[in-house]
Amino acid sequence: MRIAAPLIAAAAMLVTSFLIFAFLGKEPLNALEVFFIEPLSSLYGWGELLLKATPLALCGLGLALGFSANVWNIGAEGQLTLGAICGGGVALYGGAHLGTLALPVVLIAGIAGGAAWAAIPAFLRTRFNTSEILVSLMLVYIAQLLLAYLLHGIWRDPDGFNFPQSRAFDERILLPLLLDGQRANLAFPVMLVLAAISWVFSTRLFAGYRMRVGGQAPAAAAYAGFSERRNVWLALMIGGGAAGLAGACEVIGPIGRLQVDISPGYGFAAIIVAFVGRLHAMGIVLAALLMSLLYLGGESVQLGLQLPAAVTGLFQGLLLFYLLAADLFVGFRLRRVPRVVALRA
Amino acid sequence: MNIEFLVAIVSGTVVAATPLIYAALGELIAERAGVLNLGVEGMMLVGALAAFSVGVASGSLLLGYLAAVCTSMLLALLFAVLTLSLQTNQVATGLALTLFGLGLSAFAGRKFTGLPIQGLRPVWIPGLSHLPVAGPLLFRFDAAVYGSILLYFAVDHVLKRTRAGLQLRAVGESPAIAHALGQPVLLTRYAAVLFGGATSGIAGAYLSTALTPMWVEGMSAGRGWIALALVVFATWKPLRVLLGAYLFGGVTILQLHAQGLGVGVPSEILSMLPYAATIVVLVIICRDPKTILLNQPASLGKSFHPDV
Amino acid sequence: MTDRPAVARLILRGITKRYPTILANDGVDLAVTAGEIHALMGENGAGKSTLMKIVYGVTRPDAGSIEWEGSKVTIHSPAQARRLGIGMVFQHFALFETLTVAENIVLALDERLTPAALAPRIRTVAERYGLPIDPQRLVHSMSVGERQRVEIVRCLLQSPKLLIMDEPTSVLTPQAVRQLFDTLRRLAAEGTSILYISHKLEEIRSLCDNATVLRAGRVSGTARPREQDNAGLARLMVGNDLEDRPLQPREAGEVRLELKDFSMAARDPFGTALRHINLEVRSGEIVGIAGVSGNGQKELLAALSGESIASHAGSISLCGRRIDAFGAAQRRALGLGFVPEERLGRGAVPGMSLAENTLLTGSHAGMVRHGVVQRSVARASARATITAFKVKCGSEQSAAERLSGGNLQKFIMGREIRLAPQVLLAAQPTWGVDVGAAQLIHRALIDLRDSGSAVLVVSEELDELFTICDRIAVLTAGRLSAARPRSQLTVEAVGLLMAGAAQECANA
Repeated sequence: MRIAAPLIAAAAMLVTSFLIFAFLGKEPLNALEVFFIEPLSSLYGWGELLLKATPLALCGLGLALGFSANVWNIGAEGQLTLGAICGGGVALYGGAHLGTLALPVVLIAGIAGGAAWAAIPAFLRTRFNTSEILVSLMLVYIAQLLLAYLLHGIWRDPDGFNFPQSRAFDERILLPLLLDGQRANLAFPVMLVLAAISWVFSTRLFAGYRMRVGGQAPAAAAYAGFSERRNVWLALMIGGGAAGLAGACEVIGPIGRLQVDISPGYGFAAIIVAFVGRLHAMGIVLAALLMSLLYLGGESVQLGLQLPAAVTGLFQGLLLFYLLAADLFVGFRLRRVPRVVALRA
Repeated sequence: MNIEFLVAIVSGTVVAATPLIYAALGELIAERAGVLNLGVEGMMLVGALAAFSVGVASGSLLLGYLAAVCTSMLLALLFAVLTLSLQTNQVATGLALTLFGLGLSAFAGRKFTGLPIQGLRPVWIPGLSHLPVAGPLLFRFDAAVYGSILLYFAVDHVLKRTRAGLQLRAVGESPAIAHALGQPVLLTRYAAVLFGGATSGIAGAYLSTALTPMWVEGMSAGRGWIALALVVFATWKPLRVLLGAYLFGGVTILQLHAQGLGVGVPSEILSMLPYAATIVVLVIICRDPKTILLNQPASLGKSFHPDV
Repeated sequence: MTDRPAVARLILRGITKRYPTILANDGVDLAVTAGEIHALMGENGAGKSTLMKIVYGVTRPDAGSIEWEGSKVTIHSPAQARRLGIGMVFQHFALFETLTVAENIVLALDERLTPAALAPRIRTVAERYGLPIDPQRLVHSMSVGERQRVEIVRCLLQSPKLLIMDEPTSVLTPQAVRQLFDTLRRLAAEGTSILYISHKLEEIRSLCDNATVLRAGRVSGTARPREQDNAGLARLMVGNDLEDRPLQPREAGEVRLELKDFSMAARDPFGTALRHINLEVRSGEIVGIAGVSGNGQKELLAALSGESIASHAGSISLCGRRIDAFGAAQRRALGLGFVPEERLGRGAVPGMSLAENTLLTGSHAGMVRHGVVQRSVARASARATITAFKVKCGSEQSAAERLSGGNLQKFIMGREIRLAPQVLLAAQPTWGVDVGAAQLIHRALIDLRDSGSAVLVVSEELDELFTICDRIAVLTAGRLSAARPRSQLTVEAVGLLMAGAAQECANA
């Protein structure tokens, strides 16, 4: 029952994409093939699928935990950026000195960076009743500006012709690839492990139960003595840490350096991944793979059919709309409505 | 400080504030009816593109603005159908609207990037515009600026003194009671959401035809979100929306001119100012739970089920 | 009533209304004549509110017909009902707190008037019927009694031919009730028909000419209240004589719960401050707190349960230990149980199963070990609760929201009682619950008390308090009277206690 809606939504999106391609003057079946099938026609393509799915799933897992607890972290993109900054910073300065420890330290730095960035909305919500939606969002822009500042200034590659990017990281600190001939790396299996952990947390641990109650019925959580404060902090720290990890993995993975453009909106796309995945670990992994395919498809039709890559963004938005509509026919609805700006008694 | 600099500051502030005023006043109406529409950013972008593209294609800015209003209202209608008639979660749907608007405008706007457009021109008011100091300071704005002031007066009047405004406020406090009394809850909310869509469209149109006359993907740069924050900052009162918008406009302009004034802060850090300021004002308003309790429309964000 | 040919005003024939989980009305017949005060009686959940929603046009019947002044009508909306001349005063007032009296009334009327233009008419009608109100006041600043006056004036402005009153006295003190009855009698004398919905036998016998009794959605009988005694009417409502088990007096033991000179400011601008409350509940006794809703009950319970630990004066002790700073979870661990007034959303999470809901308060009872949820233990506990308290549901995996109000209340009550608390707080334990379930709950509370727990019951129903409590205190405007043994009190005396402070409120 619970998977019916995402399937309906995916199907609806498929039909719409058919129509959009036709409208754009391309032979639709061919275009669908170029969009959905071609990216997967080689080992390299599958590697790209896993590669892009990883940050989507990492962010999505963290966000889903929060959403089910009625904590609306919209700023995963900013936390991802901070994770990249912190992880990248360690990679830049510590790569040579840390030896084998370098990789774990970078990842921890990424988690810490993302979590610290998410601590801001957590603090402002628990202490000052301020909506985490707007605060975390504002912090996205601030994070991106921070990255730009660092890359135009102290972290700029001296040999980089004045491009706003850092030195390339030392090879030894990059994430090891899963297979030669493609780009998927250690981050993917790490993500799978974290997905399993998040499932256990949500369904089997009391802390996860407390968060779900806090999300579904805040009055019941208060009645039971579950601390809302603790739930909010936990939700945001986990969400921020996951996004930070994703950011660090991007820069010591496929990107290999710090640059202004480290994410094609993974933090926002992860919101869609969380919903389409039904806030469930397994669903999120699958939804991340689907979303990843949408990214690859956009690039594929850009190369093969001279269509704009922006078609990806269009499809992503459509997918979420269809999901919300499809939910009705299946009777599943997000029960809680977020407390937008402040606590109401 | 010479007069030209003062004029630049004031007019810059007003111009920066104008799209915020439109978007925030529209969202205020929607929220006073109890509907939280997080899709403002998406509607603004679509409106910006519509105004720019139709403006360039037809040569008429008026047509461009009309197109902006229509397309944004269409998106708002989509949002309304989903959240009001089909009762989907308002936050998720609003986010979907923004993401969709981002993607749609990026997709459809690729042809228009980098094209030039003749932006809005200042309106010359006989007599007033020619005053020595006050003229250039206060009376040489474009039509949309004056429109935003008129909009404020209209919204304020409707809310406080008309039956429609009373109905809106009633629905915003308790749709259940309003329904039991026979008020058209759904219709009121639809109208409020569509109104918000229309003004977001104008706000977006202003961005691409006046503030920076051009089209660039994602050009609203978070102004839709700032408008949402403004509504909270204003505790849902129109006058405070106006004042808050000018405050933000001022912050934006100061940041732009700071470098020229020889302030030694890097430009990226200065660019953070509007966003940081948004966070600060939100904290100030939200700290005291009583402020929100007394001012926030009681049914904000909650779906309404008629026959329960 | 004089014998004159009765002018039929409203006739309902065979009204049936089905909801997904319940058959609310099943072939209901009802007739009201001009100038008649007609009672619609029944226990909570018997179908009275649904029937009135149909008459007022809020919902439509699935079957049956309505005749108004001799001709058949279909009532599509409240506006149409008002046009026909039907006015309704809701049980839960349909008032907007952030608007003024005049603005509220303007919205409810169908004429296009401004609040300012309406104000003089409001004042005139209000004075004429002895219900003084100020049109410019904001509703949130008004007391419950004043708000009801606004509701009534709102109806009267439209000169209704039929006035429906839905449980009007559930929030009034005895003195305010008398005032209301005077107004109603005056209206009836002028020819207005009144449909009076209530389950309060004394009031109906005092006020009403005729009565139609609903039980489980059907008409179980009609009566002339003045010619019946309470027992007769109760039989019609309930079907069998209420089981009457006199409370066995018991020696109360040590003090389990104690409030000493406890004062706390209101958190909510619309709330009530608690003032200098002194209360003791001992092992083996049931103490009841009477009072009309809105006098601080919610605040007191939240302060006791640990949901509200704001700064306060005075002290709270549980089993001799100060718990002022302890949160709800800690208090539970020390043996405090709580059955809240709100079931779905507070006492239970609607979307979770009964087994998962057992976890809500059972984390100290072996259901959580080292942070891991012991699902089988929770399931077993839920099953035991369901059996012991005869909860009608699919299984322990059924979602809480699928249960009827009475069954959910039995589950929550059972869940808390089975934790063998040192102290149990119960708020409105049988509100909206059918008679059988209410009896079971009362029996369970008494058994709990007999086993040595201390029980505190907060309830608006004086009957309930007099049935199960050893001592009763009254809460008014945040102040608690001394708790006196039940044998030393009468319903009237308690009512006066409630009214005493209500006067203060009105004068404030």
